[in-house]
Amino acid sequence: MTVRLVVVSHSEKIADGAVELAAQMAPDVVILAAGGTADGRIGTSLEKVMSALDKAAGGDGVVVLTDLGSAVMTAESALELVEEPAGVLLADAPLVEGLVAAAVAAQGGADVKAVKRAAEAVYGLGPEVAAASRVLAESTVAEGSVTGSGPDFTGDFELVNEAGMHARPAAKIAGGLASLNAEVTVNGVDGASMTSLMTLAAGKGSLLHIEAWGPDAERALNYVGGLVQAGFGEP
Amino acid sequence: MVLDVKWALRWLTLCAQAMAENRVWLIELDRAIGDSDHGENMDRGFQAVLEKLAEAQPETPGAALKLTAMTLMSKVGGAAGPLYGTAFLRASTALGDAAEIDPGRLADALVAARDGIVARGKAESGDKTMVDAWTPAAEAAQAAAADGAGTVLGVLVAAAEAAEAGAVATEPLVARKGRASYLGERSAGHRDPGAASSALILRAAVGAAA
Repeated sequence: MTVRLVVVSHSEKIADGAVELAAQMAPDVVILAAGGTADGRIGTSLEKVMSALDKAAGGDGVVVLTDLGSAVMTAESALELVEEPAGVLLADAPLVEGLVAAAVAAQGGADVKAVKRAAEAVYGLGPEVAAASRVLAESTVAEGSVTGSGPDFTGDFELVNEAGMHARPAAKIAGGLASLNAEVTVNGVDGASMTSLMTLAAGKGSLLHIEAWGPDAERALNYVGGLVQAGFGEP
Repeated sequence: MVLDVKWALRWLTLCAQAMAENRVWLIELDRAIGDSDHGENMDRGFQAVLEKLAEAQPETPGAALKLTAMTLMSKVGGAAGPLYGTAFLRASTALGDAAEIDPGRLADALVAARDGIVARGKAESGDKTMVDAWTPAAEAAQAAAADGAGTVLGVLVAAAEAAEAGAVATEPLVARKGRASYLGERSAGHRDPGAASSALILRAAVGAAA
């Protein structure tokens, strides 16, 4: 599963910079920049967007991130003109945070809809979204099940790496969870949201309480627990 | 008067002239409530349209408008690019491959252009945008075409006059869409640049048919 990303910005520098930033978190994801006009001014160009969409075609779908109003309009115009618009989704998300979240989800093997959701989830920022999805998961389990409304699996793990929970560990957790069919919270925030995990500001020695729901709950718990105990491969 | 590809080419040439002549005025309108690039963008966009038309030599009005749409979307840069691009694209689709345009089809094309702008920009009447020029223009065009004695020139004149009145009527409005909406109440007292350039485009269509 390799979802590709296209960044449409009024500024070539913003698009290139956002791609550079996201690529650091998601080295295997194809991310294409379509920033500025063809002659290097501020603005958006249908030609540039079409060319990026053309290059991004052939994977397992494309998610497009945009900045201000007319970038959205140019991207929508491009969708009206591309040959296979079905595999191309526009994400309504803040450009930089949304792109990083989308790139992490794509790196983790999420499908095109999940990558779009990951980008858009940064609007909700954490606890409320996690709480809402937990309520959903609980109501699903409660019907015809004797397990009650608690999580399917829980665990507590201590952060052992020096830097604690920062961008790369958060990306690893969120990226891996994106490909699992499970709802996971880490100290109450959505484990599939890299930005939410970073808001925990958990340092070395902090205890992470993991709760997981859904068919892949056990795998998800083992995945997160394993990463944390191994210090994310960091000192 | 016959609306054929020669008319379309005259229209687009007059659009380019109007944008060049009104470049500074549109820049000033946009400086008051936007990012002051509208005149520059429209001038550049229509100059590029003229170059493309000279290269490709389209054979129907619809083909000329489609080429215009693609060029504006690629060259204008600001919001006007995708908005006018979509307008010309939808109008081109409404015209199909007809060699000559009758009053009914002309009105249909203007309505399609307006619908394209609304779909792309998601603005409504009264938001202080180009929709405030295009909606009265499309409605006036339909009314003129529905009149059995309606001629293509009559439809064009009705559309242009309604667009001009609509553009003037944006002056007291508070912007609810686009960059001007960031200004809130301070956007009142200025004509919307997109409505102004829309009126220029529809006036040029009359000039090409006169």
